[in-house]
Amino acid sequence: MNKKTRSLIQRMTLTPYSVWAVLFIVVPLIFVAYYAFTDQSFRFTLDNITRFFTATSQVDDGETVREVHTYLVIFWRSLRLAVISTVICLLAGYPLAYIMARAKSRTQSILLTLIMIPMWMNFLIRTYAWMTILQDTGILNGLLTALHLGRIHIIGTEAAVVIGMVYDYFPYMVLPIYSVMAKLDVKLLEAASDLGCPGLSVLRRVIWPLSLPGVLSGVTMVLIPSISTFYISQKLGNGKFFLIGDAIEGQYVANNLHFAAAIAFILMVILLACMALVQKLANRRVIVA
Amino acid sequence: MKRASKIYTALIMVFLFAPIAILLVFSFNRAKSLSVFSGFSLYWYRELFRDTETLKAVSNTLILAVSAALISTVMGTAAAVGINRIRSRLLRSALDSVTNIPMINPDIITGISLMLMFVFVGRLFGAATSLSFWTMLIAHITFCLPYVILQVLPKLQQMDKSLAEAAMDLGCTPLRAFFKAELPEIMPGVITGLIMAFTLSLDDFVISYFTSGNGFQTLPIRIYNMTKKTVTPKMYALATIIFFVILALLLVSNLYDDESAQRRRDAKNKKKTREVKT
Repeated sequence: MNKKTRSLIQRMTLTPYSVWAVLFIVVPLIFVAYYAFTDQSFRFTLDNITRFFTATSQVDDGETVREVHTYLVIFWRSLRLAVISTVICLLAGYPLAYIMARAKSRTQSILLTLIMIPMWMNFLIRTYAWMTILQDTGILNGLLTALHLGRIHIIGTEAAVVIGMVYDYFPYMVLPIYSVMAKLDVKLLEAASDLGCPGLSVLRRVIWPLSLPGVLSGVTMVLIPSISTFYISQKLGNGKFFLIGDAIEGQYVANNLHFAAAIAFILMVILLACMALVQKLANRRVIVA
Repeated sequence: MKRASKIYTALIMVFLFAPIAILLVFSFNRAKSLSVFSGFSLYWYRELFRDTETLKAVSNTLILAVSAALISTVMGTAAAVGINRIRSRLLRSALDSVTNIPMINPDIITGISLMLMFVFVGRLFGAATSLSFWTMLIAHITFCLPYVILQVLPKLQQMDKSLAEAAMDLGCTPLRAFFKAELPEIMPGVITGLIMAFTLSLDDFVISYFTSGNGFQTLPIRIYNMTKKTVTPKMYALATIIFFVILALLLVSNLYDDESAQRRRDAKNKKKTREVKT
C-alpha cells in the first residue's frame, strides 16, 4: 500500500470519531469546569466551589440541634456507604467467582447466565423490588411476623441503601474477577500445594495476587456507580440520606446548573485522584508479588 | 463442586433472584397490594396494555436504541480501524485516554456534562429548551462508542495484517479490500459491539435522565416517573415482560454461541484432516 492511500484511509476512518470524541466527550467536560467556576451571568467566581466546602445546615437528632457542613457530610456519607457496599460485594463475590471458575464448563456457563440476568433488568426495577421487600408493611416484615420473630424497621436506614447498592452492582464485582480466575492455570495451584504450600497460603500467595487485576476492575465498577447513585438512596433511604448524586440531581432539578456543575467537578477530581492512587498501589503490589 | 460451594452458590442465587421472583408473583396479584397476594389475575397486564404512555415509551426506547447502536457501531468500527493503524504513540495514547473517559466517569457526570453543553449551545441560539430526541441520541452514541471500539480493536490486532495488502495486490481498491478481506475477519467483534451498544442504550437511565427533553420519554425514564408516585402492580407486569424477553434473548444468544463454537471446532477438525491428507 502506498503512503498516500494509507494516510487517506487513516483520515477517513479516524476523523469522524475524533471530531465526535472532542465535541461530545472533551468539550462537555470543559463545560463542567466552566459552569463550576462561573456565576449565573457567566462571570468567573469561586463561590460554587467554596459553597461546597463551607455551606452549613442544622441537623436535629432528637435531642440537640447541631450545625454541620452540609455537602461535606453528604460526601463523606456517599464515600462511606459506597466503600461498605464495595467491601461486601468483594467479600461475597470473590468466593463465588472462585467457585465458578473451578466448576465444570457447562455449570460455568449456566452460572454466568444466571449472574447476568439480574444485570440486564433495569436497576430502577431492581431497586424498586427491594423497596417493596423492605417496607415496614413489606414482604420481609410479613415473613418475620409469620415466623413470630417480630418486625424490623429497615427502610429509610443506611442499611437499606447498602442492600440496594450491593444487589444492584454485585454482578459487576463477580464478572471481572471470574474472567481473570477462569484463565488462571490450575497447574500453578497444584505446583504450589505439591511444593508444600498449605491451602490458605495458596490463596494468599498465588491466587490472590494473580486475580488482583480482576479485583481492581471489580472494585472500580462497583465503587463508582455506588458513590454517584441517586435513585437507590431516594427509594431505599426514603430521601432521608442524601448522597452526592442526590445533591447533583437536586441542584439540576432546581435549575441551579452552576452549583450542580461544581459538585460534579469536585466529585470527578476526587475520583480521578483516587483511581490514580489505586493504580499506583496496584502496580507496586504486582511487582512485589 | 463441593457441598459448601453448592450451598454458598445457592444462597447467592436466592439473594439475586428473590426480588425478581417477588416481582413476577405480584404482577399476577388481583389486588393492588404489593405485599399481600390475594389471588391470580391478569388485570395489571390488561392495564399495562391500555397505558398508551408506557407503550409509547417502549417504542421510543427501541427507536433510540436501534439508531444509537447502528450509528455507534459504524463509527466505532471505522474508528477502531483507524486507531489500529496509528503509528504515533502520542496520538494513540491521547485517543485511548479520551475513549476511556465515558467508561470511567460516573454516568451522572457524563449526563451532566452533555446537558450543560446542550443547554449552553441551545441558549446561544435562543432556544428555550434544547433537550430533545436528538440530544439523547448524541448522548447514547457517545457512551456506546467506547464499548464498540473496545470490542473491535482486539479483533483487528489478532488479524493477519497482510490480508488487506494481499487483497489490494490482487487488484482490490482499499475500500473493497476492507469489506471483502478485513470486515469478515473482525465481524464477531462488530456484532458483539452492536449488541452491547444496543443493550446499554436500552438500559440507560442516568444519562438519559439528564439529556432528555419533555417530549421524548424512554422506558427507564417512564419507570422513574411511575415510581415517583404511588406504584401499581402495573409496573411489575412490565418488569415481568422485560424479564422474559431478556431470558429469551440470553437463551437464544447462548445457543448461538454454542453452535458457532461447534462450527469453529468442526472447521478446525476439517482443516486438520485436510492437512493430514496432503
